[in-house]
Amino acid sequence: MQEDRVRSILFAGVGGQGIIRASDILCEVMMEAGFDVKKSEVHGMAQRGGCVTSHVRYGRKVYSPLAEPGTIETLVSFEKMEALRYLEYLSPNASIILNTEQIYPPAVNTGDESYPDDIINFLKNHYPKVTAVDALLLAQKAGNLKTANVVLLGALSSMMEIPHSLWESVLRKSFPQKLVKLNLEAFQMGIPA
Amino acid sequence: MSGNEAIARGVYEAGVRFAAAYPGTPSTEIMEQFARYDGVYAEWAPNEKVAVEVAVGAALGGARALAVMKHVGVNVAADPIFTVSYTGIEGALVIISADDPSMHSSQNEQDNRNYAKFAKIPMLEPADPQEAKEYVKLAFAISEQFDTPVFLRTTTRVSHSKSVVTLSEVQNPEDKTTLAHHAAKYVMVPINARIRRVEVEKRQKALQKFVETFPENKMEINDPEVGIITAGMPYNYAKDIFPNYSYLKLGMVYPLPVKMIRHFAAQVKKIYVVEELDPYLEEQIRAMGIEVTGKEIFPYTNEFDPGVIRSAILSGGGRSASPYPETLAMRPPNLCPGCPHRGLFYALKKSKAYVHGDIGCYTLSYLKPLEGLHSCICMGASIGMAHGMSKALMEKGKGKVVGVIGDSTFLHSGIAPLMNMAYNNSDALIIILDNSTTAMTGMQEHPGTGYTLMGKETKKVNLNVLISALGIENIRVIDPNNVKEARIAIKDELASSGPSVIIAQSPCVLFKRANQKPKPPLRVDEDACEGCRACLELNCPPIAWKKGVPKDGSKRKGIAVIDETLCNGCGLCAQVCRFNAIR
Repeated sequence: MQEDRVRSILFAGVGGQGIIRASDILCEVMMEAGFDVKKSEVHGMAQRGGCVTSHVRYGRKVYSPLAEPGTIETLVSFEKMEALRYLEYLSPNASIILNTEQIYPPAVNTGDESYPDDIINFLKNHYPKVTAVDALLLAQKAGNLKTANVVLLGALSSMMEIPHSLWESVLRKSFPQKLVKLNLEAFQMGIPA
Repeated sequence: MSGNEAIARGVYEAGVRFAAAYPGTPSTEIMEQFARYDGVYAEWAPNEKVAVEVAVGAALGGARALAVMKHVGVNVAADPIFTVSYTGIEGALVIISADDPSMHSSQNEQDNRNYAKFAKIPMLEPADPQEAKEYVKLAFAISEQFDTPVFLRTTTRVSHSKSVVTLSEVQNPEDKTTLAHHAAKYVMVPINARIRRVEVEKRQKALQKFVETFPENKMEINDPEVGIITAGMPYNYAKDIFPNYSYLKLGMVYPLPVKMIRHFAAQVKKIYVVEELDPYLEEQIRAMGIEVTGKEIFPYTNEFDPGVIRSAILSGGGRSASPYPETLAMRPPNLCPGCPHRGLFYALKKSKAYVHGDIGCYTLSYLKPLEGLHSCICMGASIGMAHGMSKALMEKGKGKVVGVIGDSTFLHSGIAPLMNMAYNNSDALIIILDNSTTAMTGMQEHPGTGYTLMGKETKKVNLNVLISALGIENIRVIDPNNVKEARIAIKDELASSGPSVIIAQSPCVLFKRANQKPKPPLRVDEDACEGCRACLELNCPPIAWKKGVPKDGSKRKGIAVIDETLCNGCGLCAQVCRFNAIR
């Protein structure tokens, strides 16, 4: 345990991308590392396709499970345009991990609205550290597209001062035996990103 | 642990082994979790009123019983709740109300702290999962000590946020159940009720004394300049922003500790009352003659977050803004690919009827382009409303008024209004969307599924027989995935006189027990597609419009494409394509 200050990480994306699972794993890791941890999700009524966010907050003592707008230091966006939706929550010095996967909202599908272009450059112009990750490609290399969420955890781990061995021991406990190797592989794929 | 998991754990730790509920966000997981513990009895009741009555019956038999519901469920259950406040119980009775500020998945954001005051029932309000676990245990103890039902109120943010929870030993349940006759206490005829009414006021006095020393009402005197009076989750938001202010955090929000509040007020100069929704604490504290700042700076609507509290107290601070200037396309909730409701609503839209909707996944059909509903108020309302509109409009409404309701919602509160339609000879058409489960809250069992919450096989309501016993003669069962069949049935039943019911039967596409194998995904034949956009009217997530794909000898401007990774092969789009382009 380093300091008293509470830090906040925001996971954002689209229902069905494994966001809740990934934020649960992050919470386990931070608990094992000795922090107080709270998390809270905001998701709509539908099971799939809606916006999903998860606030994870850790420190010596955490009160609110929701972060104050303007204070979140790390955003992990599981979908490209979803990063833009929550910028009011970020501190101006926030680091962003951006999955380059694009999932079109219904109005874009019907041609009534457009998908924003040049997202990466916009974010790079406004925030000091933006890491774009092709998590689907890396997940495929690891052996299964569904591990994209764990790839992004790998990318997040390289920004945090938590030993990789701790992440790996939590990952081992988080999946059934036959999926452990696959997910450890996916986690490794994300680290250099 | 989530707040809901922690509540289930607390109930179990307290040695309570009896619970009844009807599912509703954000309360559902409490029962699902509780039912997994060894040696418990847990049931889904058809609605919240029945759940409370079941728990009351158990508590009159000496059991310690729990009833769980979302905030609007308390409206349904209000009748027994108000009078069990008079009778008290033999064992213990705790009622959980899970409120939903911001209406994340509800039709209103009523503040159920008002029920405590209204029904004269003590209410505890935890601020996080750890407190949720401890408070539910305290609630049972208070219920036993004061012979009263006790409310535990959570909000979505308490029920669904997760934090570290320290577990305690599980108490061995002591069997105190017995058949004890105390008719004067429990038969609420006026002569007895008048006596019990006085007992309620005696209890109120005893509780008032108790609450003054209740250890979960906590005073933290720090900065004497500013004091905050709060309860539940808003305590955490305020504490996050202003750790050095003084606090009075109320664990019990009814009745209020009057002396303690006065004591706190005497020690700080300026007082803010921080509470979501109604000025519930504020009004009572003002009535004590204490000057406070509350709803003149804090919003009445929606849940708070730390930012709301900072900008209210440090007025003019303003909220952090996004540097991205454009409006982003929304991701509204939608029916799943392969959902059986989609075909029905597509067919219904063609009938141009006025559709009274109800509470369930099908409410999502309201959005463009399906635009399936024209009203939706509360559980079970569609049927009565369709009947009322049809009666009021008479000839003008003939063949034009429909009510749609899901199977779980129909069994919750649709039977009586349907009986009324037969009794008062209605002309409206009711469509029961029978997907064999309670889909919206995540596949809970109900009396029509043939299984209980504990996973046992049981009797299954036969909708056809039930509806015909109510006196409805025109009943038709259809497959909503067959658009043509659905359109013909709707047209025929709208034209027929007297009340009609169509049962649109097809299991929820996510329902595992139905064992539905996804079919191969469909594709659009690019040569055959005329770009008419009929398939896009289904609002099916995998179907997208691809601009700028002209065709020789055609006015075509673009084509439809299907995302194979999302398509479940239901074939609805192939049915509505006039050019046989989807196969």
